[in-house]
Amino acid sequence: MSLLDDFTVRALLGGLGLALAAAPLGCFVVWRRMAYFGDATAHASILGVALALGFSISIFTGALVVALAMALIVTALSGRGLATDTILGVMAHSALAFGLVAVSFLPNIRVDLMAYLFGDILAVTKIDLAIIWAGAVAVVALLVWRWNAMLTATLNTDLATSTGIDPRREQLVLTVALALVVAVAIKVVGALLIAAMLVIPAAAARPLATTPERMAFISTGIAAAAVIVGLRAAFALDTPTGPTIVCAAALLFAISGGIGIITQAHKKDA
Amino acid sequence: MLITAEGLAIKLGGKTILHHVDLTVNRGEIITIVGPNGSGKSTLLRALVGALAPSSGRVTKAAGLKIGYVPQKLQIDPTLPLTVNRFLNLPKRVARVATQNALEQAGAAQLGNRQMSDLSGGQFQRVLLARALLSTPDVLILDEPTQGLDQPGSAAFYQQIEQVRRDLNCAVLMVSHELHVVMAASDRVVCLNGHVCCEGAPEHVASAPEYRALFGTGTGGALALYRHDHNHSHDHHDHHHDHEAAE
Repeated sequence: MSLLDDFTVRALLGGLGLALAAAPLGCFVVWRRMAYFGDATAHASILGVALALGFSISIFTGALVVALAMALIVTALSGRGLATDTILGVMAHSALAFGLVAVSFLPNIRVDLMAYLFGDILAVTKIDLAIIWAGAVAVVALLVWRWNAMLTATLNTDLATSTGIDPRREQLVLTVALALVVAVAIKVVGALLIAAMLVIPAAAARPLATTPERMAFISTGIAAAAVIVGLRAAFALDTPTGPTIVCAAALLFAISGGIGIITQAHKKDA
Repeated sequence: MLITAEGLAIKLGGKTILHHVDLTVNRGEIITIVGPNGSGKSTLLRALVGALAPSSGRVTKAAGLKIGYVPQKLQIDPTLPLTVNRFLNLPKRVARVATQNALEQAGAAQLGNRQMSDLSGGQFQRVLLARALLSTPDVLILDEPTQGLDQPGSAAFYQQIEQVRRDLNCAVLMVSHELHVVMAASDRVVCLNGHVCCEGAPEHVASAPEYRALFGTGTGGALALYRHDHNHSHDHHDHHHDHEAAE
């Protein structure tokens, strides 16, 4: 266990755990155009952090419960009059605001809110690591188990129904997985940048992939690379780690986009 | 009898879309549902497939009935990379031979390795047909399978459907706007407008007053009676605008 005593090793393992969970799930977020949904769930998790601190339960549990509740409420409300993005806007920012206000009611606890908004991967403990990896394994297991059904439901809900798949159930599975990732990621990149780790690696993988499965694998690779490069760059440049990881992911997105444009042009020539 | 709907009513968001619909689908017949926009054609198909629950009445299916369903709109998000072969393997993996057979039956033998997003309208519809054929269905349910195709394209597609019907001896139930093709290619036409206005052999329906009332006695009626010769259908690309006027 001596290796885990090094905080840089813990940071690296924590980041890789997040990459493993967020990247394949992020593919579904991109395919289903749910980018803003991830954002909203993440913002709501700040309320969970406040509640967790208030009731002295673990941050992970608090964030998970609120993220889950938020996701379920949005799912239940959508399709009843208001457009989904309006519901998301109302829910996300209300939850964030209530969270920030709630935190101010905790006089006895000195809360470093920045740590929850932007994450503090260098402060990841062994217990955090265990939670992150347990969450990551759970999310990946969920995705592997439901992969084909979720993919079919993503293509077309009627098509899914006609083959005996309940699209609402698959939507629920996805929602639960999303809440899990948000809860796991809060320590690593923080509530404001979780959506970036969901969406950017998946978007970067798109031009390089020909099947959904390859896109999931490539996006995981890109997310892992972003974590490694981001951590090193943060050390070298003395910059905040979470945002540096997202910057690395954004650069990889730009590179893959460039490769995509070049291969497209090649195809047209041929 | 493969599928029977009795006194079927469907409400969506508090609005009654279909009421008192009786419909029977028998093996080997091609039934086409026609009707104006908003007449509940797609809703009826979705109810028969099981995607919508009836608010009253019921849908009965033969035991072990296999349905091949092609939904009206299947837009594959461009962010989702998907080859035709992978698409055919959803949600269940099938043998390579089976996908190749289905593609051949649908007239899309060469398309297996192409990206779904790169297909033309006609190719896309054929791939959807191939997917529906994979389960060797007893009933093929197609919701406007030729939308977006030009006239030769849709004529060729309907010929393919007839071929499939001969090969599999399955029933075909489809929605179409192309009245003249419908008249040529169907055994039975069901004219729908919230309920079944009239149904029967194409000739019978075409002369029915209910049908005339819906599609007009002017160009609409004339178009409906007009039987198209598929052999020289080039240069006819502008025809479908006429049908739109007739809707």
